Amino acid sequence: MITGLVFDIKKFSIHDGPGIRTTIFFKGCPLTCWWCHNPESQAVGAEIVFGQGKCIRCHACLVRCEQEAISWNGDGVASTDSQKCTLCGQCVEACYTEARQIVGQKMTVAQVMEKIEEDIAFYDESGGGVTFSGGEPLLQRNFLLALLRACKEKEIHTAVDTCGFASWEKLDSIREYVDLFLYDLKLMDDASHRKFTGVPNKLILENLQALSQQGHNIALRIPIIPGVNDDDENLRRTGAFAATSLHLKRVDILPYHYTAIDKYDRLHKVYGLSETRPPLDERMAEIAQILQKFDLQVKIGG
Amino acid sequence: MPISNRVARLRQQSLAAAPAISAERAELMTEFYRQDLGPVSAPVRRALAFKYLMENKTVCINDGELIVGEKGPVPKATPTYPELCCHSLQDLDILNSREKIPFAVSPQVRHVYEETIIPFWQGKSMRDILFAEMTEEWKAAYEAGLFTEFMEQRSPGHTVLDDKIYRKGFLDFKQEIQQSLQKLDYLNDPEAYDKQEELKAMDICVDALIHFAERHAEKARALAEQETDPQRKQELERIAEICARVPAHAPRDFWEALQYYWFVHLGVTIELNPWDAFNPGHLDQHLNPFYQKGQADGTLARERAEELLHCFWIKFNNQPAPPKVGVTAAESSTYTDFAQINSGGLNSDGSDAVNEVTYLVLDVIEDMRLLQPSSSVQVSKKNPDRLVKRAARVIRTGFGQPSIFNSDLVVEEMVRQGKSLVDARNGGTSGCVETGAFGKENYNLTGYFNMPKVLEITLHNGVDPRTGRQIGLETGESTQFKTFDEFFEAYTKQLNYFIDIKARGNNVIERLYANYIPSPFLSLLIDDCIATGKDYHDGGARYNTTYIQGVGLGTMADALTTIKHHVFEQKNLSMGDLLAALHDDFAGHERVRQMLLNKTPKYGNDDDYADEVMVDVFEAYFNAVEGRKNTKGGAYHINLLPTTCHVYFGSVIGATPDGRKAEQPLSEGISPVQGADRRGPTAIIKSVAKMDHVRTGGTLLNQKFTPQLLKDDDDLDKLVHLVRTYFKLDGHHIKFNVIDAGTLRAAQQNPEQHRDLIVRVAGYSDYFCDLGQALQDEIIARTEHLSF
Repeated sequence: MITGLVFDIKKFSIHDGPGIRTTIFFKGCPLTCWWCHNPESQAVGAEIVFGQGKCIRCHACLVRCEQEAISWNGDGVASTDSQKCTLCGQCVEACYTEARQIVGQKMTVAQVMEKIEEDIAFYDESGGGVTFSGGEPLLQRNFLLALLRACKEKEIHTAVDTCGFASWEKLDSIREYVDLFLYDLKLMDDASHRKFTGVPNKLILENLQALSQQGHNIALRIPIIPGVNDDDENLRRTGAFAATSLHLKRVDILPYHYTAIDKYDRLHKVYGLSETRPPLDERMAEIAQILQKFDLQVKIGG
Repeated sequence: MPISNRVARLRQQSLAAAPAISAERAELMTEFYRQDLGPVSAPVRRALAFKYLMENKTVCINDGELIVGEKGPVPKATPTYPELCCHSLQDLDILNSREKIPFAVSPQVRHVYEETIIPFWQGKSMRDILFAEMTEEWKAAYEAGLFTEFMEQRSPGHTVLDDKIYRKGFLDFKQEIQQSLQKLDYLNDPEAYDKQEELKAMDICVDALIHFAERHAEKARALAEQETDPQRKQELERIAEICARVPAHAPRDFWEALQYYWFVHLGVTIELNPWDAFNPGHLDQHLNPFYQKGQADGTLARERAEELLHCFWIKFNNQPAPPKVGVTAAESSTYTDFAQINSGGLNSDGSDAVNEVTYLVLDVIEDMRLLQPSSSVQVSKKNPDRLVKRAARVIRTGFGQPSIFNSDLVVEEMVRQGKSLVDARNGGTSGCVETGAFGKENYNLTGYFNMPKVLEITLHNGVDPRTGRQIGLETGESTQFKTFDEFFEAYTKQLNYFIDIKARGNNVIERLYANYIPSPFLSLLIDDCIATGKDYHDGGARYNTTYIQGVGLGTMADALTTIKHHVFEQKNLSMGDLLAALHDDFAGHERVRQMLLNKTPKYGNDDDYADEVMVDVFEAYFNAVEGRKNTKGGAYHINLLPTTCHVYFGSVIGATPDGRKAEQPLSEGISPVQGADRRGPTAIIKSVAKMDHVRTGGTLLNQKFTPQLLKDDDDLDKLVHLVRTYFKLDGHHIKFNVIDAGTLRAAQQNPEQHRDLIVRVAGYSDYFCDLGQALQDEIIARTEHLSF
């Protein structure tokens, strides 16, 4: 039975493709973008997170843990020894306040399909469907493929939100079941791309070109991160690439936001853009104008 | 369209006018009842009382207005109804001084009450008679907060007008009355004499309202003579002409139609204080022929039609709901009187009824931003999406109107109850969400029913733990139940017991109104009272429905799910331990409470386990109420709405098994428990659609949206899709509160700066700053659906 690791399922998702959608978030991503607003999605395996504010110091987690991985410091705050923790999830079950949560549920295709099908009435009415996002769904290609096929059997519209950093073989295997690619394009300069996402952009650009040549329906999505990729130079290169190499008509520009800062705390990760503020509406409008010069229809927000 | 200077001024005056108690009606009523009329039948006495009011009450024409007539002597001067319930001096002092929803009481008014009104009516008002007739069981249940009784303060109303006044003048009604009188068969009909008296009473009321309109004509003529501004002089002359014509004759144009309705509205709400302000129902359908005619012959520009509607809207806002008696300082009530103007829906042949006036009315709602009247769009599958989208644009402006109803379902509900298809299509919704056949039905809401209180009493073997009194049946110690089904059966027994008590009370109260306070003016307007010679309170309406409104469905679903899941199935918690935690209000049981809150299936998440329990609760309530016979030849049905009663009902219940702490509000309408829904609006819609809305006379679903969720045009489309899907799943009503919690908290801290903030409370909207703290907190707590 094919299973995958899913870290969230969001209903009434209205900015990830047409209509009212359900978005399935896959765990694991090959990129480590500094601005990532789902940092819990990056690691490939499941993780246990702890929200101190909800903890009522009942110690049930400590009592339940058979690995003796949980200890308490002087402030009455639990800490978990990741060397001992086997991610068995017992402590999460014992934690009634939901202070301890497991990020990444192992699910079967049937389990995910059951969730997707719950909102079919809304897809029908709105021309919506399902969006596979992440993380990077192509990291769990077999699981993704099985879900896409199951959706197509039931005539459910599918979108895949991808960073594009996957082998062509993988993309090629799923593309016939995908109605819409939501394709993220972050930086045209390879060195900057490596710096801010951790990987080169060559494969990403090649895959995008290949998908475009095959005539796929692609919505290009550019997150606008001040100080990272919002300079005119990068925007002009992006516009030129989209218009001349891809023959795309439409791009979405998504303003950066920092609502995920406290998620980094909970994951004990460092947020590299803590000084960065969201772009002003005026700047977003200017960016839209720059891209419009390449004959692109630009939408601010997804 | 920008509003005219005149309308801006009238609107501002209406907003600025402070609600006050007027003793005029009470004084006139007392004078009238002091007269020795000799032997007169009850309906004729009431008709003569109505005539006395119409002859003697102050006639008010405000500067600049186009639609004339006030319920009190001036705008927001609110009459009282001592024959139904008489305010005590203490009531008046509280009304005058309370922080929320105050009514100014002048020293003169207080004096008149002390000297004249109270001494005369003490012990004679309907409220006194009613309580004297109730049984000990009824009183015990009432005092424990198991139910409320609507008719202790206001008369049966909950009715809406159809199209008859746009086709017929009051002189036509007079003729119909004469025909009915001539047809009376004194030989074979034992009720012939009673019918004669009722018809005579109606005839007196016809003349009384025509006379009242003529008094306005006189006043307008007098004002016109003194008027120096030629334009206003001309308007006053036209007003005089209109008031001399309607309601005696059928209206000829848009202006006359509105003025006619307004006189009828005043008549109904001055005769008595019937529950939920009377309202014109499908105003867009009624006015469209006049609008089209005026457009075609060039006598009515769109701007003028809009201005007349603006003036009409302001008249509603000038009439605060009649304040209650027996009030406490903490109890805040509301100024809104639930007049819900319907737009859209179906024509009587089943075709799409949306017309130009529909969009005109939506513009007016947006322009006016007034608390009253309330408004709704009736959405059929035959209506265009743009109707919903236009409504969504108004909703987005964030003042809680209009609400959205499923017109096709409303028809189906009525047909199931036995109404003709045409009467059903001509019907709609009123008050909060109540279904009715406009112009043909007495659909009478009799009180809210506290389902979770029944659960609390079941858990305590018939004892109310607040007082220690045995007020319910002994259905067994809850620790002794072996299965969930056994427990649920005990709950069902208690439920039926208390519904029996409520229904028995209702059936007495219905006869009290029929015998002592008939309502011949209202009877004129509702078919088939003239044809049958029977009063509105005595089965004269074509359809007679009695509702008991169930409250706390979400709390019930989650509380019973806890018991089923943790106590009987998973055995995580014994019944004894659960009762101990409830008894201690979870003090020292926080871990148990967290389990109840976070590790229990909850209604509102499209989780079949909890939703099936909700359906069981629904079915038990339906079975307890549905189909009982009332005294008017009709039957009982259910609807599920709380207005603000979920706050009061919560205050009389200790901690509940869903994790709710003692005295906190119950869930509201059919919505999930505040904060228990975690999977967004589609999951809520799926959950609430699992009950059979067709078998209700209305359900109430509130959704709170922050403004960001409706920012773009695309977002509005998504809202349309959400509404359409809910209605495809046979949902009855949905309402969106567009507000963010931050704004609400700011308003709580600095009410002065947020006086204009209107929020959806339940089936209606109110000024946030006028609400009590508990209700404010509850509204903030309702889940926000941030989906970004």
